[in-house]
Amino acid sequence: MILIRVLFQTVFLAIGQIWSNKIRSMLTTLGIIIGVAAVIAVVGVLSGLEQQVLDQFEKFGTKRVFIGGKRPDGIRGHREWRQVQLTIEEVRAIDEHVESLTKVVPMWGGSYRIENGDRAIESVRIAGIWPEWHDIENRQILTGRPFSALDEELRRQVCLINEMAIEELNLNQDPIGDFILIAGRRFQIIGIVETIELTGIFAGEETSTEAFVPFATARFLLNPYGVIIPTWGELKSVDDAETVKQEVAFVLRTMRGIEPGEEDTFQVQVMQNFIDQFNTMANVMKAGAGGIVAISLLVGGIGIMNIMLVSVSERTREIGLRKAMGAKPMIILMQFLVEAIVLCLAGAAVGLAVGQGLVFLARTVSPEQLGGASVPPWAIGLSVGFSAGIGIVFGMFPAIKAARLNPIDALRHE
Amino acid sequence: MAIEIRNLKKVYKMGVERVHALRGLDLRIEDNEFVAIMGASGSGKSTLLNMIGCLDRPTSGRYLLSGKPTHKMRSGQLSRIRNEEIGFVFQSFELLPRATALKNVMLPLVYSRQHMFTARKRAKEALERVGLGDRMRHKPNQLSGGQRQRVAIARALVNGPSIILADEPTGNLDSTTTQEIIALFKELHREGQTIIIVTHEESVAGHAERIVRLCDGLVQSDLPAAKDPLHREYRRAVAAAAQVAAHEIHADKPGIDAEPKTLPEPVDNGSPTPTTRKITPSKEVTP
Repeated sequence: MILIRVLFQTVFLAIGQIWSNKIRSMLTTLGIIIGVAAVIAVVGVLSGLEQQVLDQFEKFGTKRVFIGGKRPDGIRGHREWRQVQLTIEEVRAIDEHVESLTKVVPMWGGSYRIENGDRAIESVRIAGIWPEWHDIENRQILTGRPFSALDEELRRQVCLINEMAIEELNLNQDPIGDFILIAGRRFQIIGIVETIELTGIFAGEETSTEAFVPFATARFLLNPYGVIIPTWGELKSVDDAETVKQEVAFVLRTMRGIEPGEEDTFQVQVMQNFIDQFNTMANVMKAGAGGIVAISLLVGGIGIMNIMLVSVSERTREIGLRKAMGAKPMIILMQFLVEAIVLCLAGAAVGLAVGQGLVFLARTVSPEQLGGASVPPWAIGLSVGFSAGIGIVFGMFPAIKAARLNPIDALRHE
Repeated sequence: MAIEIRNLKKVYKMGVERVHALRGLDLRIEDNEFVAIMGASGSGKSTLLNMIGCLDRPTSGRYLLSGKPTHKMRSGQLSRIRNEEIGFVFQSFELLPRATALKNVMLPLVYSRQHMFTARKRAKEALERVGLGDRMRHKPNQLSGGQRQRVAIARALVNGPSIILADEPTGNLDSTTTQEIIALFKELHREGQTIIIVTHEESVAGHAERIVRLCDGLVQSDLPAAKDPLHREYRRAVAAAAQVAAHEIHADKPGIDAEPKTLPEPVDNGSPTPTTRKITPSKEVTP
């Protein structure tokens, strides 16, 4: 009871002390302020960056699986790219036998010249796709219709283009039903595909003109040996990341006749793995930042100890008086400990404000990359808790010194 | 009985040397006494003060304060004794500079178990008692020396102590203010407060009923003020000086000393006025 009351009064006393020594207190707690501000800013910006990247993954689809050829590193397996690429038969087999995939979509890829009257663009990325592509890619058909199974089966000469192509080829505002030439062949435009702008880590290339044709049409009309570039699949569940690797490996190793002990000539990448890798990286960065911050807080703590020692020797007479008035050593110890803690917490509060300010600044300066930057509650809790801990650890020695003072000597102290 | 000291010894170790500050001192002080302790420096005066104030423990001997054997107590218990039984008044007041008079007076109650809930009220009463009812919100630097010492006395009184222990309480005050403070002590004494003043000023000691003189860690003399030969000598000297001064004043010269004018009336005898009224509000309030 007396302890609680003294504690209560001590907090006010400590605040009074700090307030009456404003400049000294601020300089003392500068280490804490900088430390806390740094941790808040770093964690805030990192979490913003992380959020942004994860959003990108999300946009891309976290259930996305990528299956493609791989040239083994070993000398024995020295092969051409062409030899390790997935064939349409392999894709079909995967589609049929791999249970953990809802869909598999092969992509045929190439670059060709597109023309509309006297407008022509060289080397446009043309993708041959199955109608199922629409289910995997989250790209909307803005106008017109997507590919149908019939387009594929009848090898129709139809195509989808993106908005950019309309502009570049000087087409009508509503070009559905119009014809363009791809590699010299007439294709009818049946729909406009939304262009997804990928920023951040996926923003490899600039948004460009794109055209899509049915897979079968591409093979039949453009190039039967056309490269099957990354085959995309979709997982039934995010947890199937490992299962799908094993299942695909079984199908492909059997089909390709790879002996046990030989290296795979294909690779399976699951989006979740990328996300996990990224998360690991982000956590390492956070831990690194945390380490630096811990050091700066430690240095700040030494500053606190220093000023508390000064405070104890400055107020020796006061301590003597308080002891003469009946304050027990424990109470004196508490008084100085509380003062150190309050000092640290005041520093932490200022640091929090500065850190929040920095995060806000980052958001304003770079809203695209760091728009999601915000300080997670755990970072606030951690830095406040750590500061209080610093106060206890570094305030203890001066407080013990004060508590042990002999009241007679303290009262006679000049 | 307020204080009973038996064969009190205190030995300090200064390096290899051993300093005998008190060499088996005996002293009894009854309730409601007004005692002055005097002595040259090195006489053990300060050591005795620390012992009485429970700031230090004796090497050997007994010290009973209001019947409590303080020589057997641990430091935590001594803290409590200091808080409840002793009111300190210091030469340099020792007020907290940033706290108001009221907060200063409340200080002992902060560490008290008894008067937690009535602290503010009691502190106000104590300030009113010393005539500073209108200065409660003033900080020490807004008060005169005499007022500061009054605040200190109020602080000493606030917890209803058995004894008030004043260490050179007028050492930092001018003669007029000294008289005021002495008058206040006398008033408190009349109301039944036990007061012990440690001083080296004969003029201050003269107001006490009893003068205890220390020498080399022992009581040299312990007599009523009126019978103390040294004090009587001092009084005669002062009277003589006053006569000389009177002549000089007559010759239009300023007085040599303010002392004669403020010379205290000799105390008739050593017996304290029997009083039953005690100003210990602690008995009224029991939360």
